[in-house]
Amino acid sequence: MVNVQKMSSRSFAIKYGFLILLAGLVIFFSIAAEGFAGPRSAVFIFQSVSITGILALGVTATLVVDGFDLSIGSVATSALMLSAYVMVVLEMSAFSAIIACLFMGAAVGFINGLLIVKAKVPDLLATLGMMFLLIGLQRIPTEGRSISTGMKLPDGSTTEGVYSQAFLWLGRHRLDFFLEKLIPVPVIIFILVGVLIWIFLELTRHGRLMYAIGSNETATALAGANVNKYKILAYVISGVMASIGGILLSARLGRGDIASGNNLLLDSVAAALIGFAVLGAAKPNAFGTAIGAIFVGILLQGLTMMNAPYYTQDFVKGAVLVIALIFTFALSFSGRKSGH
Amino acid sequence: MSKIACQISGIVKSFGPNKVLREINLDLPAGKITALMGANGAGKSTLVKILCGVHQADAGSVFLFGKSFDPISPADAFKSGVVTVHQSINNGVIPDLDIVSNLMIDRLAEQNSGFFINSEKLKKEANKIASAMDININTATLVRDLGPADKQMIAIARAMSHSPKLLILDEPTSSLSENEAKRLFVLLEKLKKQGVAILYISHRMSDINSIADRIVAMRDGTISGLFEDKPLDYEGAVTAMLGQKLSQAAIKTNKGKRVVLNLEGIKLSDSSTPFDLSFYENEIVSITGLIGSGKTNLASEIFGLNNNSKAKMTLNANSYSPNSPKEAIAAGVFMCPKDRASNAIVSEFDISNNLALPFFKRHSKLSFLRNKTLRKNAKNSIDKLGIVCQSEMDSVTTLSGGNQQKVMVGRWLAEESSVLLLDEPFQGVDIKARRDIGLQIRSTSDQRATLIFVAELDEALEIADRVIVLHEGNLVGEFENESKNIPEIVSSFSGRSVNLNSSSYGT
Repeated sequence: MVNVQKMSSRSFAIKYGFLILLAGLVIFFSIAAEGFAGPRSAVFIFQSVSITGILALGVTATLVVDGFDLSIGSVATSALMLSAYVMVVLEMSAFSAIIACLFMGAAVGFINGLLIVKAKVPDLLATLGMMFLLIGLQRIPTEGRSISTGMKLPDGSTTEGVYSQAFLWLGRHRLDFFLEKLIPVPVIIFILVGVLIWIFLELTRHGRLMYAIGSNETATALAGANVNKYKILAYVISGVMASIGGILLSARLGRGDIASGNNLLLDSVAAALIGFAVLGAAKPNAFGTAIGAIFVGILLQGLTMMNAPYYTQDFVKGAVLVIALIFTFALSFSGRKSGH
Repeated sequence: MSKIACQISGIVKSFGPNKVLREINLDLPAGKITALMGANGAGKSTLVKILCGVHQADAGSVFLFGKSFDPISPADAFKSGVVTVHQSINNGVIPDLDIVSNLMIDRLAEQNSGFFINSEKLKKEANKIASAMDININTATLVRDLGPADKQMIAIARAMSHSPKLLILDEPTSSLSENEAKRLFVLLEKLKKQGVAILYISHRMSDINSIADRIVAMRDGTISGLFEDKPLDYEGAVTAMLGQKLSQAAIKTNKGKRVVLNLEGIKLSDSSTPFDLSFYENEIVSITGLIGSGKTNLASEIFGLNNNSKAKMTLNANSYSPNSPKEAIAAGVFMCPKDRASNAIVSEFDISNNLALPFFKRHSKLSFLRNKTLRKNAKNSIDKLGIVCQSEMDSVTTLSGGNQQKVMVGRWLAEESSVLLLDEPFQGVDIKARRDIGLQIRSTSDQRATLIFVAELDEALEIADRVIVLHEGNLVGEFENESKNIPEIVSSFSGRSVNLNSSSYGT
């Protein structure tokens, strides 16, 4: 242990640097951008990152076991299309749509896990393959068109189902919280999912074993843990989270929009990686992931309110990610004896 | 012929307060193979690292054919003609490239080698090198498709293209079969005739018998014996290497009578003979033998890592056939694996989590981990084993090697077991930590059978009630650890009691 006086400016910077940067940004935008400081604006930020954040929390679980899930974006858009198909084409209930989506997410995660654990396909390749497969699959039932009420189906009939109100409630309803109609449901779900994943990873023995697998798989197997089971579990968590994200996206849009969700994968992976830098964790962690997602949201909201053009957004996200990675790898790891 | 190729004089090297080499004086004649033996911590690897430029000596000098030689990096040593082939072959070859590229890789890395690859020319040169070394493999083969012996040959051939003056081989036969080793020896004989000085690090009796011209024994950072007269006095060298340490620890007289673990028909390799073994309660057994003797296979077999095991095992009179470590642990069979860095340490965890890793379930309620009991468990182990640390929340990587090893052993002593397997528990550990670990193992051993797998004979004799010697998968000796048995143990350890046919190959 470094002695306390010597917990120098360097380790202080590693630990709190990113949070201070975040606080600094908030103060800067509050002064510079009129209307930034305030509950409505804060809620808007949360709303803008809630779906990305949920996906990012899922991918965090796979990063913990030293894996990676590239298929989350396509799982989310598949869930979007599936929910629309179930309600609009099959004319089934909101409940059936949600169950179908969650089941699809879990199944995709399970297959990803099997490909990686049993077929020994490297994680990046297995989930890349799954990503392509799903992007293609979701276009087949409607011949590549978006799903909405009244559209013509390939067999000539017209769709008559509608998005149920209960389903739309998930994406559009706002709960009263001091102010009337303040907090949207997706924000609540994001916070709930964040807390659950955090508890699972940090406080339970299952989470601890998953971190152990990520750090030294052989050692964890020799300590009697079922490594394969935990790895598959991580991908199932990731798949389910992605499908929740897809359900919320679908509920917000109110139609099965084939062109939505293109940015989900990159944004959520970025949030999870930015999370490495939070509190000097230098490893995937749920709290960091949530902060990472919010950080990007604050930056984009602030810049938008200062009239930065929309096409600069990806550039800004990229810059934040690169800075966060420098925080993590150059600063944190150079101070340690061994990285992994 | 016996010109001195490399003259080492007065080499001293310390790491902190630890004097690792104290005045090493050694001549390595050209055209001769010098075998170097030494126990763990004797300083042989430090000596090799100085010769190949990884470490720099604190004092003393090295001369190569009369010229001062003081390499500052491995590349520097390589250029001066000192070539080292390390134990893990894969460091010496690039598995995904073909033989041609592997042999010519140093040429490709040269500044003036041009931009485009002239494959015909490279192939021609590579073939020339290969045929000079009697390597009769198609040079277009990928190196990863080769067997370990051929990989070893390629690593050496690559080194030979630089016409070395001194070739250092670190346990080169450790991953080779007997036939493969023979091919390596033929090659070494050839190099010897070309006037290369060879420093050959190995304990294998069969190796040394076949190719060594002289044996050097090292102990505690000094040269403790030099044997040049034929026939080479292998047992003398073993004794010189072990020194006075051939004394045993206090041995239990009240050894239990109850058989805890019984093995029937254990077969450790395709060519070995099956054997039976029994282990008793309150007994510590050392299973020893040189590298490749099958120790690790035996441990894997008992810990459920060998899924097509044909052995019949009983544990506490019940039939026992684990299919995974998980099942073994559930049955009360624990194993502390060898090579802690790759098999045991979770470097991102603190000490308390590393200690509790296999037993998280016992430290949690409804799956929630309880920090209090984790820390209590850790403090307990830290006290008992004398782990030197500031707090149980420190990262395990802040500990010294010996203390890390204490954590790894402490992990499995925290819960009671029926059988405890310890594979090389003293690996890379100083004398003090070795004593601490040994004492703790002994003081907790009364309810279980304890099996300790060690390659170093002195470690086996220091701790065990009974010593079992393996050689190439066969059971070659079983002794109560009493001083009157020591000469016999030493000779069975050296492989004398089995017919090695050592005269049929090599010289």
